[in-house]
Amino acid sequence: MTIIDVWYRAVDLLPFAWAHYDFMKSALLAVLLITPLFALLGTMVVVNRMVFFTDVLGHSALTGIAIGAVLGLREPTLSMMLVAVVLAAGITALKSFTKASMDTVLGVVFSFVVALGIVILSRQGGFAKYTDYLIGDVLAVNTRDIVFLLSVSVLVLAYWYVAANALTLTSVNESLARSRMVKTFLVELSFAALLAMVVMVSIRLVGILIINSLLVLPAAASHNLARNMRTYTLWAVIISVLSGIGGLIQSYYWGTASGATIVLFAAAFYGLSLAAGKRMRG
Amino acid sequence: MRVGDNVLLDKVDLHVNCAEVVALVGPNGAGKTTLLRTILGEIPYQGQIAFRVGGQVTKQPKIGYVPQKLRFDLDSPISVADLVASAISRHPVWAGINAKWSNRVKDVLALFSAEHLCGRKIGQLSGGEMQRVLLAIAMTPKPDLLLLDEPASGVDAQGLSLFYRIVNDLRKAQDISIILVTHDLAGIASFADRIVLLDRVVIAQGEPKDVLLNEKLIKTFGPALWNVFRE
Repeated sequence: MTIIDVWYRAVDLLPFAWAHYDFMKSALLAVLLITPLFALLGTMVVVNRMVFFTDVLGHSALTGIAIGAVLGLREPTLSMMLVAVVLAAGITALKSFTKASMDTVLGVVFSFVVALGIVILSRQGGFAKYTDYLIGDVLAVNTRDIVFLLSVSVLVLAYWYVAANALTLTSVNESLARSRMVKTFLVELSFAALLAMVVMVSIRLVGILIINSLLVLPAAASHNLARNMRTYTLWAVIISVLSGIGGLIQSYYWGTASGATIVLFAAAFYGLSLAAGKRMRG
Repeated sequence: MRVGDNVLLDKVDLHVNCAEVVALVGPNGAGKTTLLRTILGEIPYQGQIAFRVGGQVTKQPKIGYVPQKLRFDLDSPISVADLVASAISRHPVWAGINAKWSNRVKDVLALFSAEHLCGRKIGQLSGGEMQRVLLAIAMTPKPDLLLLDEPASGVDAQGLSLFYRIVNDLRKAQDISIILVTHDLAGIASFADRIVLLDRVVIAQGEPKDVLLNEKLIKTFGPALWNVFRE
């Protein structure tokens, strides 16, 4: 019996109608893997002001899928990852070695990768078959996705253990970080590449249009509540997992897209955190 | 030194002795911060920078650095303890700072009577408090050379005199060379051993009383200096 079988049986014990469908059991497992992962990465995305950057990464999936289609790949995860990692590296290098206004650069790259993807995918009016990628479908999760998610989770946790302090210091001041022997370019590059990978592994499940929200909202909500990095991380993970579970189950009853429903839950948490944060500060 | 086709600094020939305080002054865009960052090893340059620690030539001396201005969100969740711990320890701060590191962080902050700031978020600090925290980080472990970029900006008069007193004690007690960039000529006149007037090239260097009367300096900073110096 594999771990996934054990999971299936365990969920089956829950006294809810949705808990008896295999697709919901798999989706719940995927959500429980994705949400803490995104929350963790999101905390650094928010303090490092990379929100627009990760939005560009998410949308670069369009170009990745398009290149996969041109190459005749049956499954475009690899080409998506390649495009996103190259893009992440390019943007990080540009940020480190030029004085270019990143806001503008990202806007230009954003337009380019979206347009290029759409142009290639819409040849002979064929774009319709790719719309699944726009809103995602966590119910379509398969064993391969779960294995991918588990592997990147291990990778991210290991990375987080080693590199999070360096990322924190770099976010405050790069020169200060370098004076503490932090290789800031390497740190930023590796973080960007890791983000690119995680986003691409999850994009078929969450969807291009909303993947950035899932990354940003829990951390942004936690930002309003936290008193230090520990509570910041903790709240982000809690909010992300609760939004994931709540959104997934609610999407079952509403018959709506799961990814977007999860994001709505996270947005509601953000609203609550604003109010709670205000009260905490008096 | 050049960045692209721009020569930012040229013909800089400086010597800083042990336990000496050298102040870099000059107009905006003179290359003061650039010089500090070059010493830090951040910017490629032509020419030579040599360090000697305890008689031995070394490529990598321990340098403590206090940056000019930190750009972070005022509501950043990073606490003072997080900042210090992420600078001095490998134990990841997101997992919580354990008792051992918490004590270590307090010890570091206590160097500059800042241990009470431990639980505050960095956005809640005043300019002077932030400066003491950064100085505490820069002094751990004890550096051979301390680089301070505009310690006077954003700090009130009381904080500033406290700051100068702390740095002065440090240098005397710990034998640390200090290079600092400043616009606070009044404060630095009685504190620095030497002043270097920089405007892409070294225009003048020497004891405060000589450099502060330099024509170019007076042109840059105004005749108010006369009064400062006469006092």
